[in-house]
Amino acid sequence: MSRVSVPCHVKGTVALQVGDVRTSQGRPGVLVIDVTFPSVAPFELQEIMFKNYYTAFLTIRVRQHTSTHTPAKWVTCLRDYCLMPDPHSEEGAQEYVSLFKHQMLCDMGKVLELRLILRQPSPLWLSFTVEELQIYQQGPKSPSMTFPKWLSHPVPCEQPAPLLEGLPDPSRVSSEVQQMWALTEMIRASHTSTRIGRFDVDGCYDLNLLSYT
Amino acid sequence: MRKAQGSWEKRILKSLNSMCTELSIPLARKRPVGEQKELLNKWNEMGTDEPVLDLSLFRPVYAPKDFLEVLINLRNPNYENGDSHSFRTHLGLIQVPLKVKDIPELKEFFVELGLTAGQLGVDDSTQVPPELFENEHVRIGQKVLSEQDSAAAQQYIRQGSPTALRAELWALILNISSQPEDILYYEQLKTNVIQHDLLVDSLIYKDVKLTASNDDYYFVFEDYLYQVLLCFSRDTSVLGHFAYSSASPPKSYIRGKLGLEEYAVFYPPNGVIPFHGFSMYVAPLCFLYHEPSKLYQIFREMYVRFFFRLHSISSHPSGIVSLCLLFETLLQTYLPQLFYHLREIGAQPLRISFKWMVRAFSGYLATDQLLLLWDRILGYNSLEILAVLAAAVFAFRAVNLMEVTSLAAAEAVLADLSTLKVMPLLQIFLFATVT
Repeated sequence: MSRVSVPCHVKGTVALQVGDVRTSQGRPGVLVIDVTFPSVAPFELQEIMFKNYYTAFLTIRVRQHTSTHTPAKWVTCLRDYCLMPDPHSEEGAQEYVSLFKHQMLCDMGKVLELRLILRQPSPLWLSFTVEELQIYQQGPKSPSMTFPKWLSHPVPCEQPAPLLEGLPDPSRVSSEVQQMWALTEMIRASHTSTRIGRFDVDGCYDLNLLSYT
Repeated sequence: MRKAQGSWEKRILKSLNSMCTELSIPLARKRPVGEQKELLNKWNEMGTDEPVLDLSLFRPVYAPKDFLEVLINLRNPNYENGDSHSFRTHLGLIQVPLKVKDIPELKEFFVELGLTAGQLGVDDSTQVPPELFENEHVRIGQKVLSEQDSAAAQQYIRQGSPTALRAELWALILNISSQPEDILYYEQLKTNVIQHDLLVDSLIYKDVKLTASNDDYYFVFEDYLYQVLLCFSRDTSVLGHFAYSSASPPKSYIRGKLGLEEYAVFYPPNGVIPFHGFSMYVAPLCFLYHEPSKLYQIFREMYVRFFFRLHSISSHPSGIVSLCLLFETLLQTYLPQLFYHLREIGAQPLRISFKWMVRAFSGYLATDQLLLLWDRILGYNSLEILAVLAAAVFAFRAVNLMEVTSLAAAEAVLADLSTLKVMPLLQIFLFATVT
């Protein structure tokens, strides 16, 4: 199933914190990222892909287009998805993650806006976010091919033509040729992948110094 | 982590380059025909040969303690280190918060080492009648070998391998079979050694002379070590392991063709620069295999599966950083008084145990005990047992260590491990210590 990237506009992260951000000591543990699609009509979401950077839990809310004139509501489509099994340690902290349509709690038919809510309860990390966010919608379906009639309705076996004098049996010849062809295909396909192991260039391995790049 | 590995590699390259320019010795040169013939004649007794170059001019590219300093200085820029007495700082030397197993998880992982299962190394001692465990275990081992079942061998060897079956079992687990093409490949590597002389060869000579030749158990294998390690340096198939290692092989250009990609080669051809003690990875294997090409294949497979993780920086659970952190965490959690005491006298435990783990205890334990330990490395496909054993050794000598007052004295208490029995130590630490 092909996918097509949807251009999105990722707004800056907003930290949610109790009290005044400037005066309180601790760091925020909740961040919100809004993703809008200014140039695209409401689409069906297929996949969300991003690189994690020390986010422990992810919640996604979506606002969909409704046909009636009721204002669109925010619906939670992914709740507390765990990205780091242990928020205090490095496991899963910098991994690439893909989330698919079928993992979502609701139907993602006509997406207008997305809101990603990131949570990192551990005080050990200085900052956390998700990077390289990419949204995909379903690509065009591959064109269905109509089978030619003779493939879908094979004709019954015909009677073989009578053998001409002095010539070998054509069905035997054809089976032998087929076997030979199969052998050549096998040999061509199984070219060995073992390297010869040459480390020099044309017999010369005169080196000056190691290179740093 | 990758950045740290990259800058560590740069340091090694700089060191090798400066050695090259100081001594005016080329990184690689083609041997003249006369020298080639001579080397071919002396192939089986390179240990007796006086090397052409004065080995005292060479110094090893790095030693494990240099590597330890790099690991101690690993910092995650996103990690809150804070002031030194908050709960966030690590008491040990490693400051990277990787996930390591604790004892309940280790008990589950190493369940076959438990007190209720028979073990070679414990239940084959002279006081235990062999009918209880040993005979049956040997019989099962022979059956596994006759079936040539690699997965069953790996499961079987978790309880230890009988000495007579060990060589074949390891070959079965590592998927080594001596086909004619393998012997031919080894002969080709030998030809490569004879044709080209590498600077790395002198490093290997020096390392063998300094470590294995001085060891009571391994000095007899000196010639084998040269044969294996010199060929290992020329083996380009080892380059394949860089696909799953965080390290990268050093590059160089043919003389006069700097910058042209068609003349870029890897140096050494296998991409691995040996450090002080590298030859100890090969030495114990010489007890098991006497045929050079099979010995070579076993060593190569052990290196690309396990040993490379002991000298490169990565977040893998069997990587040296995780092993160090596992060792420190185990010690802090289960022997807090000892850890605190050692830290107070300036003897951070990792400074003593690092060299054991980097060499996989080779050269520190008695050979039969070492082979029992390496049985479990193969059986569990993980190096974590090295960290557990290091912690178990500290636990065993805890009473003596509590009385020392300096790093030198602590090192003296732990200097000689040759009398230790590995399996009882591991069992006591994992399964019999009151937590």
